[in-house]
Amino acid sequence: MLLLERRPVDSSLMRWASPVLALVLTVMTGFVLFLAMGKDPVEGLTFFFITPISDLIGLAELGLKMAPLLLCAAGLTVCYRAKVWNIGAEGHFLMGALGASAVAVQLMDMSGFWVLPVVLVAGILAGMLWAAIAAGLKTHLHCNEILTTIMLNYIALNLLLYAVHGPLKDPYGFGFPQSVMFAESALLPDLIPGTRLHLGLAFGLLAAVSVWVLFARSFIGFQLNVVGQDQRAAAFAGFGARRLTWFAFLVGGATAGLAGASEVTGPIGQLVPQVSPGYGYTAIIVVFLGRMHALGIIAASALLALTFIGGEMLQIAMNMPKAVTGLFQGLLLFYLLTCDAFIHYRVRLRAPVRKPTRVAAPAATQEA
Amino acid sequence: MTAALRLKLENIVKEYPGCRANDGIDLTVGAGEIHALLGENGAGKSTLMKVIYGVVQPDEGRMIWNGHPVTVDSPARAREMGIGMVFQHFSLFETLTVAENIALGLPADEARDRRKLDQRIREVSGRYGMALDPRRYVSTLSVGERQRVEIVRCLIQESTLLILDEPTSVLTPQEVTALFATLRQLSSEGCSILFISHKLEEVRSLCHNATVLRQGKVSGDCRPGEVSAADIARLMVGDDTPISTQVSAAQTGDVLLDVRNLGCKSRAPFGTSLTDVNFQLRQGEIVGIAGVAGNGQDELLKALSGEIRADWGEIELDGVRMNALSPGQRRKLGVAIVPEERLGRGAVPGMSLAENALLTASGQDLVGRGMIRFGRVRSFSREVIRRFGVRCIGEDSTAASLSGGNLQKYIIGREALQNPRMLVASHPTWGVDVGSAVAIHEALVALRDEGASILLVSEDLDELFQLCSRIGALCQGRLSPLARTAELSIEQLGEWMAGGFGSAEATHAAA
Repeated sequence: MLLLERRPVDSSLMRWASPVLALVLTVMTGFVLFLAMGKDPVEGLTFFFITPISDLIGLAELGLKMAPLLLCAAGLTVCYRAKVWNIGAEGHFLMGALGASAVAVQLMDMSGFWVLPVVLVAGILAGMLWAAIAAGLKTHLHCNEILTTIMLNYIALNLLLYAVHGPLKDPYGFGFPQSVMFAESALLPDLIPGTRLHLGLAFGLLAAVSVWVLFARSFIGFQLNVVGQDQRAAAFAGFGARRLTWFAFLVGGATAGLAGASEVTGPIGQLVPQVSPGYGYTAIIVVFLGRMHALGIIAASALLALTFIGGEMLQIAMNMPKAVTGLFQGLLLFYLLTCDAFIHYRVRLRAPVRKPTRVAAPAATQEA
Repeated sequence: MTAALRLKLENIVKEYPGCRANDGIDLTVGAGEIHALLGENGAGKSTLMKVIYGVVQPDEGRMIWNGHPVTVDSPARAREMGIGMVFQHFSLFETLTVAENIALGLPADEARDRRKLDQRIREVSGRYGMALDPRRYVSTLSVGERQRVEIVRCLIQESTLLILDEPTSVLTPQEVTALFATLRQLSSEGCSILFISHKLEEVRSLCHNATVLRQGKVSGDCRPGEVSAADIARLMVGDDTPISTQVSAAQTGDVLLDVRNLGCKSRAPFGTSLTDVNFQLRQGEIVGIAGVAGNGQDELLKALSGEIRADWGEIELDGVRMNALSPGQRRKLGVAIVPEERLGRGAVPGMSLAENALLTASGQDLVGRGMIRFGRVRSFSREVIRRFGVRCIGEDSTAASLSGGNLQKYIIGREALQNPRMLVASHPTWGVDVGSAVAIHEALVALRDEGASILLVSEDLDELFQLCSRIGALCQGRLSPLARTAELSIEQLGEWMAGGFGSAEATHAAA
């Protein structure tokens, strides 16, 4: 009989082995799925995981997709460490893109080094504003942040759609719902010439390092950890839960807002409705896969970035549906959560419990 | 007289991962015998009870019930055999009546006839002097009355062995006397009682025989009436641990804390609101607050720590009004708190001792410009461990890995090393081994002698009488007057714990 038994001490090996195990299981499941669809599994997996990163251009594309994931995930790490379940990175991201675009469009005729920072700050502030709504709802009206942030994501998307169909629409754009292309002064410089990789990745890495410093060295990071692990100890110590909730939300909003701003000022260069293929949601997987740790989320964001590019590759090369990206991401999260159970529990093989003899009772009556 | 053997345990062994909770225990209980099971927390008492009551199965050993070997595979089976158990935390539904709660544990045919059951409850409870109204809702009963429901439930199931787990810890002295009368009557009618406790005087006055456990083994058997409490304590803790503190007289100074008409509405679902609490705390004295748990102790502590804000009244520390101050601001003024729950409030279980030092001691220059000074945190933590004799691997051990007593020493040390002007300690020695309890008492007295004011909230009356210069009691969120310990009788305190101070307070206020 298999028994799931609580470990006396959580396994630190499993804490890091679990993501690897989850990845292996995901690949194995992918193999079976390719077979079931009548495709060659080896070819499919190669197209998904290997081909996209086999040259410099491909690696640059990977970095391009990593940037927004890493930025969003860094902010979400701050939230999740404090057990603030902010699902709203997508909304912050969209608002960041919208805010940055609105300013960039206003500054079309300006040139100067200050334009880009102003545009980026506008994106950051827009993301923070969106996060602040959820923070206020949580701290003042005790609204569950999971629900409010998800709903705010939809509102943000519709605001963005309204903007590209209305006020920010390019008047000479042949009716397409998109803004004008931004001026050169509002665009992020490239990191590697000849590729699309831009400064956004540097922002992402910087954010990850900041998160590391925050939790490894700073007192506020310690307070966030305490609030996350033990609310009553935090209240006892006087670490204001409200203040820390606001802090977490605002950091989450700022980084995701910056991600959105970097996306419109980077590879796209204008505001379009499909500015995000779901970076804000995928970042949630990144955080958990990366164990809420700076190095972990860097690695996890690279892996999840690969699922986006690999998915596109499969669409082109093997005629697979777009859903393949979401499928792999979902599998990964599913297996990760399953494997995480083994951090706290272990499987014990145990012989069936001896059926306790009931003979004892009749024996008693016999003699009596 | 050789009483018939009711229960005999032979070589019971129960092992948990990393711990041999019961290591070859023998125990015999005769018919009509009141048998004490003594031992410190972690000695293996609970595990042994669970074995007898069928909650867990022993790895080795056998159990003989009325002369026949038996296997008890479930509590239901234990009840069928005639073993009844009253847990420390009652297993009653608050939203059901007394009769409904009792009916839940009975076979369907007996439970169906409600009128007959009411009759039996009245009969049984009347016979043993435990008046109970079967139709009352449990939520309206006092703790003592709830315990009666548990006992009556066992009696209606015709238990011939009653296991009581620390039954007196929730009772006032008067209620204890009444309970003992009931237990003696049961014993004289042939019902055996297994009485688990660590209050030695009670055991000496009530029990015929005692078995003492230490570290999973039987460390001795005795007739508690014939040996001294110190002898029994020696069996419980072993030879190398001090078992009591010598407390010198207090040198009291000026008033430090002044609490006037303090009132707090409770935020918790089953919490108690504080009403009109008045008291003063002087420098260099320990003041004790007695009372049965759940009478507002938690609320008082939180109102003083700043975790909840007072709705009425004034809290002043040395003339500074503290009402609106946060816990952190109060700590800066010299307020230190040792909460009742060590894990999960006083310390974060999964964090190291060093990190837990940071929880309240960040003001001791452990943080600079928002960054943690890890070197200082570690040396502060090591200092606490060294000065207060905390047994652990080092400052990197997690709080959860320490025993209750050691963690409590660490928490008290953490607060004491910050030189507080006022310390509020709630149940500081609850569930703590005797050696640690002595160390904790010594730390409190040392702090007092340095001029700090200490408020000691405890259910342990011996502790209060030993340490405090003045004592009062909380009942339903009201505080009795504080009396000098030397002039206070235990009966008087018992009355206060039961709420009998309405008129006394009125005269006090008028004076």
